[in-house]
Amino acid sequence: MDVESAKQLATALAIGLGAIGPGIGIGLIGGKAIEALGRNPEAESSIRATMILAIAFAEAIAIYALVISLILKFT
Amino acid sequence: MLHISIKPEVIFTFYGLPVTNSMIASIVLTVLFLLFGIYFSGAVGRSKSKLVFFVRFAIGKLYDLFKPVTKEKSRELFPLLASFFFFILLSNWLGLLPGVGSIVIRREVPVSEETIDEPESAATRIVSTPIIRGATADLNTTIALGLFAFVAIQLLGFKYLGWQYLKKFISVASPIAFFTGILELISEFSKIVSFAFRLFGNIFAGEVLIAVIAFLIPVLASFPFLMLEVFVGFIQALVFSMLTAVFISSATAEHHA
Repeated sequence: MDVESAKQLATALAIGLGAIGPGIGIGLIGGKAIEALGRNPEAESSIRATMILAIAFAEAIAIYALVISLILKFT
Repeated sequence: MLHISIKPEVIFTFYGLPVTNSMIASIVLTVLFLLFGIYFSGAVGRSKSKLVFFVRFAIGKLYDLFKPVTKEKSRELFPLLASFFFFILLSNWLGLLPGVGSIVIRREVPVSEETIDEPESAATRIVSTPIIRGATADLNTTIALGLFAFVAIQLLGFKYLGWQYLKKFISVASPIAFFTGILELISEFSKIVSFAFRLFGNIFAGEVLIAVIAFLIPVLASFPFLMLEVFVGFIQALVFSMLTAVFISSATAEHHA
């Protein structure tokens, strides 16, 4: 395998593997937020704010993988 | 072929200072922002224009959003947080305007980097550089913003807690406290990286996504993605300022340990 094809593979693998964890995490966060909403519908605004923050934290990890693969692809 | 560059490109040099395309965007944005701020502060009590009312409405909503997080410090912290929010929001949206990234200047540059073997050859190739690039689609801008947020967090921590603030990091009360202090210190510095990469990654990935879709299907297909990016730009601006608010309020809170 030459360097160029290894780079292509690494690009795809970096974002592909890096999206697994955050995907599961965001799913859990969204599901739990809806569960909390079902129990306590009055707290909608604070649940929504907390959910978006938590999703941003989880998503940041996918973004790190994305940055790695962008760097691999375009440099 | 697609023109995607991960780093901003130099448009011209100003007395030896290289001026990049994202720098132009952020300077334009800052000047417009400043002018509007001056106009707004003069017009806020008297003018009945829709724009002034809309901006007042938006600022009010934003204040209500930050209030549960920053509590009694809201009046002091709100200018910083709102500046972060509006600057990031407008730079994200500036990158989505038609013409940004598609208005280019073409220049002939010598092909010297690749063909060092024949330095005398007059071979040139045409390089097209976009004049404007969204400011937050550049890692330099986002690292600057992250550093700013970091410094603000530390300064406000010192302001409210004095030297007590350092107790969180350096503690000899017990071995465990000492160890968690080191961890706190590392996590404090990783905030810069995480702020910078989160914003840069989201916005740059959005631009790449739109460029790729427009390259695959030229007509109309990138429109839903454009709407998605408008939403993502808003959410990222909100997340950046909200995280700063959360970190500041946790740094300034008296902790009982």
